[in-house]
Order: sequence, then structure tokens, then C-alpha cells
Amino acid sequence: MENNGKHHIVPYKTHITVLLGLIILTALSVAVTSIELGPLTVTVALLLATAKALLVLIYFMHLRFDNIIYSIMVAFVMFSIISIIVITFLDYLFR
Amino acid sequence: MEQTSGNPHIHRDDEASKIGMWLFIFTEMLLFGGLFIVYSIYRYLHPVAFELAADELDVLVGTANTVILLVSSMTIAMSVTAMQKGNKKLTLALLGATLFLALAFLVNKYFEWGSKISYGLYPGSERLHEFGHGDTLFFGLYYFMTGLHALHIIIGVVIISAVMYRVHKEMVHPTKYALLENTGLYWHLVDLIWIFLFPLFYLVT
Repeated sequence: MENNGKHHIVPYKTHITVLLGLIILTALSVAVTSIELGPLTVTVALLLATAKALLVLIYFMHLRFDNIIYSIMVAFVMFSIISIIVITFLDYLFR
Repeated sequence: MEQTSGNPHIHRDDEASKIGMWLFIFTEMLLFGGLFIVYSIYRYLHPVAFELAADELDVLVGTANTVILLVSSMTIAMSVTAMQKGNKKLTLALLGATLFLALAFLVNKYFEWGSKISYGLYPGSERLHEFGHGDTLFFGLYYFMTGLHALHIIIGVVIISAVMYRVHKEMVHPTKYALLENTGLYWHLVDLIWIFLFPLFYLVT
């Protein structure tokens, strides 16, 4: 926490850098999925999407500069969603 | 919790309103999370149909809309920075840019849906009935999920317009801009959902 009760101002340059990163990741996912990788395609596409989502959460949604409680809450919700997906698939794969 | 700045006689808790916004965002994440589970289970049950159906979607339009939303996310994030620096004109310009990009997204979506519908690919159509169960499920989910997402964009357009009016009237100003911040959070959520919709519907073919 570098902000002692004061609001942290994210510089314009950071936003532009993050956008460039997001666009590069988008281009990468379009390029990678156009090659035939079989079942790996879904994994790669989802990993790249997760990387993009984290960039948006951390920088655009200010998680990095806000109170740690927000990050903990987001992590908890994401963990819940992933758990539900895993449990549902365990059910479908082994029934 | 940190102290809020401004008039000490009027009770205001920006931190609490932000937590409230985040809680709303979590309910939205769970809503779309549930839909993603439905999508992945049906994809697992009908792998070939889903792959072929996804081929019908235009990757170029999807990519264009992805870039549009990413840029709009940046412009609204920048508008918060502009507000914090006390630059009202730039705040309004950046919000205007976000609004324009949101409308561009919707125009793209209109033409995309239009071409699918004119091709006979819409819920309950004869053609989908001939294609079979898997395709019907894919396009049902496609219209429902992108439609629900587009509804969020339309709501975002209304909210951003309202915030622009309030910034213009200086009801939202550099010492009181929680509304702008929360609008930004909402808009980033819309972006987040699209980040997952795009590869699942357009790319994974």
C-alpha cells in the first residue's frame, strides 16, 4: 500500500501500456487458435483470456492500488467459480 | 477504513459505496460464471457440433469488437485519472470517447446478429432444427450470452451518459467522484465478461 489514505492517481502512460499489453494478448490468442492444436486450443485460449482479465482487474480496476481487501474478495469469488466448474466437470467426467 | 475528504458535516462514505459496487460485480461474475458452466458442459457433450457451429462466427468482427471494448476500458480508466487531476474537459472527452466506442460495439453486434439471422441461424429457426441438437444449443447460448452482454452495454451507455451530465454540472468533481469510479468499475466488468466470451465463441473452433 503506497497510498496512505490518499487516492492513488494512475498515470495515463500506465493505462496506455496496459492497453498495448491487452491488444498484444488478443492478437496472440487469435493467432494461436488459428493453428490446429487440438484440445490444447481451449487451454491456450483460456490462459490468455485469464492473463487479460488479470491485467484489467489489477490496473484498470485499480486492485493494485486499492486496499488489499478488494483483492482478497476478488480472489475468493474467482476461487468459488473455478471450484464450481471443477466439481461440475468431475461429476460429468466420472459418472 | 480511510477517512473521506470533503465536507465533514455531510456523511459520505466513498469506500463503502465502492465495496457495494464490487459486491454487485461479484453477483454479475457468478451470473455469467453459471452461464460459462452451461456452455462448457454442452460443449463437452457436443464437441463436434460446437466446433462446426463456432466456425460460422466471424472472427474479424469478434476481434474488432474485442479491441473496441479494450480501448473503451482504457478511456474510462483514463477519465478517472483526468478527474483526479482536476481536468474536467478531458474527463468529459474521455467519457465521450467511451460512449462512442460502446455505440460502435452495438452497431457491430447489430450487423453481426443481422447476418446470422438472415442466414437462418436464430433460436427456433428451421435451419437450426435441421442442423441438430448441438448447433441449436450453441446458437441458443450464443444469442443468450452475447445478448445479455449487449444488454449490459446498453445499460452502460445510459449510466455513462448520466455521469457525463453530472460531471458537466459539477455534481461529480475532483473531491467527489465515487460515481465516476464505480461507473468505471461497471464498464470494466462488461469488458471482463467479453474477454471470456470472445475466445469461447469465436476462437475455439
